Amino acid sequence: MPDLGLEVLFKGKNMLRLLDGLGVALKISLIAVAISIPLGLLLGILMTRKNPIVRALLRLYLEFIRIMPQMVLLFLVFFGATRVFGWNLSGELSAVIVFTLWGTAEMSDLVRGALTSIPAHQYESGAALGLTNAQTFFYIIIPQTVRRLIPLSINLITRMIKTTSLILMIGVVEVLKVAQQIIEANRMSSPGAAFGVYLFVFFLYFIVCWPIGRLAKYLEKKWV
Amino acid sequence: MAETILSIEHLKKEYDGKPVLDDVSLKVKKGEVIVIVGPSGCGKSTLLRCINALEPIQGGEIRLHGEPIGSSPKQLATLRQKIGMVFQSYELFPHLTVMENIILAPTKVQKRTKADAQTEARTLLSRVGLADRADSYPRQLSGGQKQRIAIVRALCMHPEILLFDEVTAALDPEMVHEVLQVLLDLAEQGRTMLIVTHEMQFARAVADRILFLDDANIVADAAPEVFFDTPVSERAKNFLSTFTFERKNKNSQDAALRV
Ligand SMILES: Nc1ncnc2c1ncn2[C@@H]1O[C@H](COP(=O)(O)OP(=O)(O)O)[C@@H](O)[C@H]1O
Ligand SMILES: [Mg+2]
Repeated sequence: MPDLGLEVLFKGKNMLRLLDGLGVALKISLIAVAISIPLGLLLGILMTRKNPIVRALLRLYLEFIRIMPQMVLLFLVFFGATRVFGWNLSGELSAVIVFTLWGTAEMSDLVRGALTSIPAHQYESGAALGLTNAQTFFYIIIPQTVRRLIPLSINLITRMIKTTSLILMIGVVEVLKVAQQIIEANRMSSPGAAFGVYLFVFFLYFIVCWPIGRLAKYLEKKWV
Repeated sequence: MAETILSIEHLKKEYDGKPVLDDVSLKVKKGEVIVIVGPSGCGKSTLLRCINALEPIQGGEIRLHGEPIGSSPKQLATLRQKIGMVFQSYELFPHLTVMENIILAPTKVQKRTKADAQTEARTLLSRVGLADRADSYPRQLSGGQKQRIAIVRALCMHPEILLFDEVTAALDPEMVHEVLQVLLDLAEQGRTMLIVTHEMQFARAVADRILFLDDANIVADAAPEVFFDTPVSERAKNFLSTFTFERKNKNSQDAALRV
């Protein structure tokens, strides 16, 4: 049997260190998601307003974030903020900022899409029954929007968790960085460790993202 | 003589500066069933939507029981409780069950108790033959069933006038009858109704008055027998001829064979 390098995982606290790294990645994604959802809702609702200036600005923001590779955004915030403003942001904080900017932009577009996909006659049927605008929004539009939104935003969360693998580039010790450190430390004793360690990292991402993806699928089916 | 419930005077409605309804006047008496016909795009839907204040108007006045309909949110809510409307497209709320669809407005707008609204909803549902569908979702229903539910939903608010805008236009032919039958029953009960439809046989059967709308105005207002059997205006004749088919050569060929 070829040496898969799995034994390295059981050496010392390696397994625990990898889990800690996963914890850092999850913490950053979850904080970013928690801030992105309310901000995204707000911006998404603003995007459906008639004001052309507000809409143009929000559009510009969304396009800017989408065009930029996440890595460039990370560098821009982490290194740029220090140079230009003299702020000394930690890697983790920079990551939270970038993921929040990104999450808010994507979320706002999801909210806009979900809101505009509700047909106009749903509003009119509410009005024709004597519901006020607020009641129509609350009992008819919001519940339908949320049903469309939840599966989509869950997918966004998994994308975010996966993208945290980039933040080792700004010095944050997350799961991939820990993996590299372990492989590096055992280069002499077990040269085959890379495979085993990365396999385990794969497995970690999988057990986090797979159930989330299943949940999204389930909700999508349930609510069509 | 029955009292006038609704009166429209010199109503003017424009879209982008183009008049869609121009100086339309109409009185609707309690218990009257009025069918509005006319070529597509002549403003039938617009007229109904103006009555329910879903569209702002550019001139004239609409009065309910002699009171001009207002435009404040409170006035609008009151008005729309008195006027029930059912549209062409199935507009049930897809995230709510049939029962929830029906009792939403009675409980939230009229603040009736849930139990009271549900009891009435059940009675109305069984009257349209859908008592067993209370817990279904709209996606589980046929088009005809959805429209009957939409009618029940409007009825449950106890409206004084019902507006129907081509409620069978999107239905498969075999479902048209079950929905029109419900409207006929409502007419029998003495409900006041304004019905827009392209079903001419039904119009003749149900209407007390037929209004023919064309070119932004009411060009005929007559009893159904008069309107269908002896149409006066050239435009009404042309309009009615679009519902009959004739093969010009068929009879002459017959004649030729017989010779
Ligand atoms: N929201 C709108 N904006 C602009 N024009 C409209 C709008 N709604 C309807 N119209 C126009 O008003 C006219 C009457 O429409 P409508 O009342 O729907 O006719 P009908 O119901 O008799 O077929 C049509 O020419 C239509 O194009
Ligand atoms: Mg129409």
